[in-house]
Amino acid sequence: MALSRRTILHLALIAAALAVPLSGDIYYTRFATQIAMYGMAAVSCDLLLGYGGLVTFGQAAFFGVGAYVTGILTNAGYHDALVVWPAAIAAAALAGLAIGALSLRAQGFQFIMVTLAFGQMSYYIAQALRAYGGDNGFTMPRRNTLAGMSLANHVILYYVSLALLVIVLFLAWRLVNSQFGMVIRGRRDNERRLAAIGIPPFRYKLALFVISAAIAGLAGALMANHARFVSPALLSFQVSGQFLAMVILGSAGTLIGPVFGAAIYLVFQQVLSDYTDHWMIFFGPLLVARVLFVKEGVWGMILQAVKAHEATPAPVPAEEGAAE
Amino acid sequence: MTLALFIEQLFNGVQFGLMLFLMAVGVTLVFGIMRVINLAHGSLFMAGGYLLVACLNVTHSYWLAVPLAVLGTVVVGAAMEILVLRPLYGRGHLDQVLATFGLTMFFNEAVVVIWGRLPLNVAIPGPLDGSLEIFPGVHYPVYRLAITGAALACGAILYVVMVHTRLGALIRAGSDKREMVEALGVNIGFLYTAVFGLGAAFAGFAGMLTGPLLSVETGMGDPILILTLVCIVIGGTGSIRGALAGALIIGIFDTFSRVLLPQIVGLTAGTAVVGMADYVLMALVLIYSRTGLFAAYRG
Repeated sequence: MALSRRTILHLALIAAALAVPLSGDIYYTRFATQIAMYGMAAVSCDLLLGYGGLVTFGQAAFFGVGAYVTGILTNAGYHDALVVWPAAIAAAALAGLAIGALSLRAQGFQFIMVTLAFGQMSYYIAQALRAYGGDNGFTMPRRNTLAGMSLANHVILYYVSLALLVIVLFLAWRLVNSQFGMVIRGRRDNERRLAAIGIPPFRYKLALFVISAAIAGLAGALMANHARFVSPALLSFQVSGQFLAMVILGSAGTLIGPVFGAAIYLVFQQVLSDYTDHWMIFFGPLLVARVLFVKEGVWGMILQAVKAHEATPAPVPAEEGAAE
Repeated sequence: MTLALFIEQLFNGVQFGLMLFLMAVGVTLVFGIMRVINLAHGSLFMAGGYLLVACLNVTHSYWLAVPLAVLGTVVVGAAMEILVLRPLYGRGHLDQVLATFGLTMFFNEAVVVIWGRLPLNVAIPGPLDGSLEIFPGVHYPVYRLAITGAALACGAILYVVMVHTRLGALIRAGSDKREMVEALGVNIGFLYTAVFGLGAAFAGFAGMLTGPLLSVETGMGDPILILTLVCIVIGGTGSIRGALAGALIIGIFDTFSRVLLPQIVGLTAGTAVVGMADYVLMALVLIYSRTGLFAAYRG
């Protein structure tokens, strides 16, 4: 059986991810859990950015909605993840429907400003939730249970998050390669032409926005479980910016790339903060340099390296970053 | 609401609106002419505040410190334009947004390295401390009147520059049709830096004026920048008139919603509703018109 190098690469990645808890050090497992959760949020951003060409600067709102709903329901006595997480996803999707319906009226550069503004609005709303700690946020007494299995064990939470991430990646991949995905990519490249052949772009954009918000909501629900702490900081515009940075570090329009981007971002943060509290003073310029001087994200580079050795016909090349 | 309270809040609203206008001028000009969205504009606001503190520590005189700090902000802004923004012209929005977001990360941390994480207080200049009876029974802080005056003076300067100078004519021409200005042999690189410096000066000055009211701390420019973007969405992108209208609308609306909404819906719900008010207004404007109320640039 001839597996393409790309398939082998994917399998190797999954094997490596599965092997992380074998290191025996719980620190690495917890770190990898974070990567899976931020990676999922970055994937949700990539759907909008890489495939929809929509630069959203408000994705943290949905991440935060997912986390808040999870925290609030858990504190209210609902511990089953099969109840709490779907509720978190539904709430995030609803928020996505409202915010998307409004912000998608704006075009290009205005869309960025409007999503940024609505993101900030949700931040202020979270801050105003006095019953839930206001600015300070609140803790979750314990993690959810999944079908009777407690997620308090770090390794179990890691495998659950990893499984959900792989499922999300698979569904997202199916989505962007479906007819719906073709319409979305067609709109990215030329909205007018799409409208001219009789496909109204708005409802497709909105559907994509809602799906993306739902995925970010799931990531938020997982994050609330991981940290057992929820605060308005999860909804700040810096977090939205982080998600975008992760997408771009990893390669937009590749789905897996943003997970790599999340890993790079978190490793960078972790390594640098061992040396200095001021890691952002290095990360900021790094981000600027990435944008100014490097054409391709890390996943794109890996794919190119793999492709160079590929004997069989090359797979579909990585999509270009958000086309304007 | 009594008449006295109404007048006081109206003054507050206009003053806040003018602050937002000083910020919005730079954002909207830079977008109108260079087609760049600059998220680091809030950093210039912050730079103004910190540079004022630094200059005050050295000179102990507002008369010296303010011009020095404005000059300093212009230098920071020009450096930003030449080093980072210039390569971004003609790039996609995503590149611009990420690079300028990286800049805000850098600046927010840089001020912590230099001045520490604790908020710094700026004293109100001596002669401006105190209050004045602007209306029978309404005592209003002199400092707030003074910064309203200063912001109005900035607006007047901007008007003169834009309408009666060669630079202003070039800027207006540039925002109408940049390629034509370039084709006429104007040094477009210099024009860009000048526009950016002008915007930086206004943003930095706004940061200085606001310093004594709030405190000077890291990230102080970011919420202001986001609110400025709301003003621009409401007023319409690329137009100074739109920016002024949007800024005054948000300034007055924000101030009154803070006073009135908690009275209407109760204190607990009030804080949440107040946080939403400006953005709901923006949403309403978007429903009414996709390009804002006074857009110069459509698309």
